[in-house]
Amino acid sequence: MNPNTDYMEIMNSVRSKTFTFFEEIADIFTFIQVIIKETFSRDFEFKEFFYQCFQIGYKTLPLIAITGTIMGLVLTIQSRPVLADFGAVSMLPGMIAVSLIREMGPVITALICAGKIGSGIGAELSSMKVTEQIDAMELSSTNPIRYLVVTRILATTFMLPVLVLYADLLGILGSWAGANIKGDVTFILFFSQAFSHVGFIDFIPAFIKTFLFGAVIGFVGSYKGYHAGKGTASVGEAAHSSVVQASLLIIIVDMIAVQITDMFI
Amino acid sequence: MEEVPINHMKTKPHNRKVVIEIKLLKKSFGDQEVLKEISLDLYDGENLVILGKSGSGKSVLIKCIVGLLNADSGIIRILGHNIPDLQSKELSMIREKIGFLFQSGALYDSMTVRENLEFPLRKKKDIFTKEQVDKKVLEALNHVGLTDELDKMPAQLSGGMRKRVSLARTIVTNPLIMLYDEPTTGLDPVTSEEISMLINDVQKKYKTSSIIITHDIKCALLTADRIIMLKDGEIYKEGVPENFENSSDAYAKSFFK
Repeated sequence: MNPNTDYMEIMNSVRSKTFTFFEEIADIFTFIQVIIKETFSRDFEFKEFFYQCFQIGYKTLPLIAITGTIMGLVLTIQSRPVLADFGAVSMLPGMIAVSLIREMGPVITALICAGKIGSGIGAELSSMKVTEQIDAMELSSTNPIRYLVVTRILATTFMLPVLVLYADLLGILGSWAGANIKGDVTFILFFSQAFSHVGFIDFIPAFIKTFLFGAVIGFVGSYKGYHAGKGTASVGEAAHSSVVQASLLIIIVDMIAVQITDMFI
Repeated sequence: MEEVPINHMKTKPHNRKVVIEIKLLKKSFGDQEVLKEISLDLYDGENLVILGKSGSGKSVLIKCIVGLLNADSGIIRILGHNIPDLQSKELSMIREKIGFLFQSGALYDSMTVRENLEFPLRKKKDIFTKEQVDKKVLEALNHVGLTDELDKMPAQLSGGMRKRVSLARTIVTNPLIMLYDEPTTGLDPVTSEEISMLINDVQKKYKTSSIIITHDIKCALLTADRIIMLKDGEIYKEGVPENFENSSDAYAKSFFK
């Protein structure tokens, strides 16, 4: 083997990957620019937006209900013995409520939604692309970005906070059920203790970041689906990369949001 | 955008108006040159078949015509308007006059047959009442013989039925020009013949001018007024179907044997 040839091959590969990376960054910015333009266009697709809100919000409720309840239940069962060692079992409802509302509820709900909604959007749009449905839509004088992409991104942005609130509420309910496995606490007492430790400073930043999580899920799913390659393999690839990249971005956005919140508390 | 009426458009020596005029069209993907200075005309009321092997640039050509792909250079004039020069709004207006039958049918999976047919008319709510839209949808479905399938989902239809519904969706807007991308691909010979006959029916009933992209010789012979054969992105041979059937050229014969 000629070492010079190896070196050239490596350099060419690095050059090609660097070029592809910057090309994708440029594509993402162009896509964002078009989405912003189409979001504020006069012919907003309200009917499709409400349909997507129903699909994304209402149809995800059962999954979020199960996840939220189990999250609260497990958190209570795991935390109770530790708190009991310190004689602080009375702090359990407050601790669960704060951790659910500030962090666990938004992040776990967003990750679940990245799996269900993000992959769904990625797979749906990529299969529409592969089967030329997006081209057909464009030829029917319908802007596919406005009809398919903007409506889905806005639907995830506005539905995720609702799903997180629902998960938080059921998480606290699950926690109450968990607390009653080894104890006896009334529903009203548990709830009043839980919410006595929660202030607006816990609720507002968490609520704001759920909009960002929703936008991330919608955007990544739409971008991956809309830019899928040809062939059926690209449908699976779009669904898979939508979940992976949305999940990663959710964690990164969460880290940044926590840092920003910390500056004000 | 001011429309150029067909009777004011460029006329060819044999007194037929040119509906689509393509001059020196070039299109490459990376280093691969797919269309090499293609020039052709489609005349009013004509069925023009573009024949060629897979990879000869047929589908790229038809997608450049409607602006789904941007040509590298050349002129694509439809009803007197140069497509590469048009803004998106003007392009939309031209596209309203064109029906495009996709190779895969491209029916919207999440919509019923009725919703698929209503979709191209949704932007014309100020022109058509709900009753008029229903009438147009039924009329188009009746034309392809599928009025009973109105509330079915595309997944419940056979390949031939999907193609026919797709054809109904393109004619529901009464287009002046029809573009067919491999209309008989993946269909059995009987259904292929039915689709070919439907293409002729559409031309007669709606007075359309059509470009039919195909490598199916039976479909080409059934539908063509004129045939253009593409080879490696260039026009190889042009003429009426009889010229091709009786041709001594080895490449042309390989299609018609």
